[in-house]
Amino acid sequence: MRITRRQFVKGGVAAFTVTFAAPEFLSDLARAQGGRSRNLVVLNLSGGNDALSMLVPYNDSFYYNRRPTIAIPAGQVLQIGSDSSNVALGLHPRLTGLKQIYDQGRLALIQRTGYENQSRSHFLGTDIWSTADVNNPQGNGWVGRYLDSLPSPVDALVGWNTAGSLPHVLQATRTAVPTIPNPGAYAFSSPNSGAEATAERNAAARIASHVPVNQPELAFVYENAAAAMATLGRVATVATYAPSLTYPNTGLGAALRAVAGAMFRGVGTKVFYVTTGGFDTHSGQNPNAANGAYFGLMATLNDALLAFYNDLKNQGLLDDTLVLSFSEFGRRISENGSQGTDHGAASTMIVTGGRISGGLFGTAPNLNTDPKNPTLENSNGDVHFETDFRSVYARVIDGWLGGDSVKLLGGDFRKASLTFV
Amino acid sequence: MAGTPDRQLEHLLRRGGFGARPDELDFYSQMSINEIVDTLVGFQSIADDVDANIGKPGYLGTTTRGVFSPNSNITDARQRWVFRMVHSDRPLQEKMALFWHNHFATGYTKVAGTLGATEGARYMAAKASEDPGRVRGQIELFRDMALGNFRDLLLAVAKDTAMLVWLDGRTNTKAKPQENFAREIMELFTMGVGNYTEQDVYAGARVFTGWNLQRPGSAADGSQHYEFIYVPAQHDTAAKTFSFPIFSDGSKTIPARGQNDGMQDGIDFINALAGNPNTGRYLARKLFRFFVSEFREPDDSFVNRIAGVYQNSRYDMRVVMREVFLTPEFWDPSSYWARYSWPAEFVVRTLKDVGWSGFSADSTLTPLANMGQTLFDPPDVSGWDLGQSWFSSGSMLARMNFASTLAANQRVRLAANARDFSRTPQAFLSFFMSEIATPPVESSVVGEWSNYLTATGAWTGVQAQLESKSAGLVHLIAGSPEYQLQ
Repeated sequence: MRITRRQFVKGGVAAFTVTFAAPEFLSDLARAQGGRSRNLVVLNLSGGNDALSMLVPYNDSFYYNRRPTIAIPAGQVLQIGSDSSNVALGLHPRLTGLKQIYDQGRLALIQRTGYENQSRSHFLGTDIWSTADVNNPQGNGWVGRYLDSLPSPVDALVGWNTAGSLPHVLQATRTAVPTIPNPGAYAFSSPNSGAEATAERNAAARIASHVPVNQPELAFVYENAAAAMATLGRVATVATYAPSLTYPNTGLGAALRAVAGAMFRGVGTKVFYVTTGGFDTHSGQNPNAANGAYFGLMATLNDALLAFYNDLKNQGLLDDTLVLSFSEFGRRISENGSQGTDHGAASTMIVTGGRISGGLFGTAPNLNTDPKNPTLENSNGDVHFETDFRSVYARVIDGWLGGDSVKLLGGDFRKASLTFV
Repeated sequence: MAGTPDRQLEHLLRRGGFGARPDELDFYSQMSINEIVDTLVGFQSIADDVDANIGKPGYLGTTTRGVFSPNSNITDARQRWVFRMVHSDRPLQEKMALFWHNHFATGYTKVAGTLGATEGARYMAAKASEDPGRVRGQIELFRDMALGNFRDLLLAVAKDTAMLVWLDGRTNTKAKPQENFAREIMELFTMGVGNYTEQDVYAGARVFTGWNLQRPGSAADGSQHYEFIYVPAQHDTAAKTFSFPIFSDGSKTIPARGQNDGMQDGIDFINALAGNPNTGRYLARKLFRFFVSEFREPDDSFVNRIAGVYQNSRYDMRVVMREVFLTPEFWDPSSYWARYSWPAEFVVRTLKDVGWSGFSADSTLTPLANMGQTLFDPPDVSGWDLGQSWFSSGSMLARMNFASTLAANQRVRLAANARDFSRTPQAFLSFFMSEIATPPVESSVVGEWSNYLTATGAWTGVQAQLESKSAGLVHLIAGSPEYQLQ
């Protein structure tokens, strides 16, 4: 039951100290003194992203042997050099925008991220990546715990969920994150007009601020009504945001446009959540044809992320922003009989932003079916993790959000080699 | 005949249906609780002629773009379903259809993306009696087997065209088994996560190899359609071994069989899953959260009792549901209003409480999407995120705004109904609080509603004031946090 999630964190509120890393450039120092706050954008690639189609080990003959119909030809990939194990890697051919960002040194790709005995269930997997708790993934989300750690009172717009319903990663004990997929539709309507409508709105606002006694389930609904009434005005300013360029006409494009608008209007949001689905490519994965399923997924990802990146750059907001992607699992190495891939294990995480030190982190899997191959698992069917996903979260918490990863993640997952921020 | 007090009757109809129209209150109020439960679960004895009323005056309207085509157009299919939720005299059948739609959550978008929009709507929602190829859409399967045998339902779902597209069974062949359906039938449809292994998923995929689609019929007369076929040549005939018993003697291995007999693998597997003790308990917990309470966990006594009824009846959901409605847990005071209404439940109950005449089912569809529930399009195979996950500031606004839209639409009729109670604002407020029932509301909130009635001037009771205050008050009550509970 969801309710237990909200009662999960029983401890007191963690003390919050500002521990931003020392600014590297004078402009950063000026920005820090200007008091602008940093943003985290959590991007969920929902369904289990096939990392081997996104970041291709195009010199690995086993990649081609094991994927006779869905491999991406070596000549098609966007080469980005080799990782520390000397595996040559290339981005999916549709990721031309991410290649630009990579070439600017602002895109980090962290290979083989996951955890021991990785769940192949969409739902358990998502719960685990959301809570960063492998053993008991029913509690609050790791981002929710971060929000709960901020000093009171927490503003109603401290988080902003652009998805349809609240994702587990944002579930918190005392922070109700608003869901605002479309700022334009986020308005209070009335069956009346003029003074009557105003009286109704005033009554609704006063009622929403009421706190029911000894009824936590009802109080939760009240909190959401109160958050709605308290944020209407600021969200209305976001709805009128005029971006510096045209965003693609996709759900992800619209969501990132809203995020940029919220940043531009300075509504005070620290954490945004955006999601794009369709990565559960069991059949007809087709990463090569322009109308292929995976090709389309890459197009959606690439075009929206590039528009967002350039818009923020044009608005002078890029240096305040870090985008962190996750997906509940990677996919099986060998293709199945439906020209698709089934649920697998480790995957590749993307981090981008104006202050990111880009590049390839971690090492690619060796797809050789030799039973002694340490980079694979499950009878060489799946990619074995090398970097615990919580180490990536730890870096973001410590190096970007100024939090305490040991406290928030319930353990020391820090990994020195993850120098992307 | 012993009647049933409104409080109990309305609790039962909120859970066993979508609230109560005035005529439903009249119909059931003279019956005892046992008689009402028997009527709800014995719905097959009540005529299923509600669709004939679509388009008739006095009923919830529909909006047609050309010809109303609920068997081949998903928007019209959604309108028909909302219409049925409001007007069917078999409320539990529609409620169970919604439960199974979430349990076996199948998304129109993928089916339509694979077969095209018209075909997608067809396999989700067509009525066999109205389809040239006698296609029974998935929701009609759920209606037909709403309170049927769960094993039979599982088997029908495994052969359902929309499911074979949704979880890729149509491409499951012996050369490359497809794991999607095998995993979810264990994780989400029967035993629950933690009760199977990865090896079970691989073996389960092989069990269903050859459970594919064929396309018989003629394109000329529209009877051409996709339907289940077992393809012997695509079946993996080797033995399959599981971590849990498949046969009543405890054997965990489905034996090697010839191609032509290989369909029995899937039937053995489904029989085993239906009879697995974890399945009865999994269903019992899910039924508790949907029908009894989501504000507390079911205790072991409830789970074991319902799982026992499930086993002893050989998976008869009619017997199971009758038991659920008669448990002390269902009637415990703490179960009243202990459910967060799903968007569809909220919308339909609002229509039943506030009125529908002159309103179109089409006008519920965008609000439902804004509240997070697009019928026939759950977000993924695990269904919608329930309980508190329905609520955010955005979805709460969408609920309040739907209440506003409907109240504006019904204002003249609401004012007419309230005329006899218009002498004082107190009488007016009491009338609407009884019309639009909520759990007990604290006095300070009642005070705000009361203040609202005179916030723009003294109470006169003239027609213009009755209209604006009826609409405004209904907006505030149906949009209140309390009304989101059921």
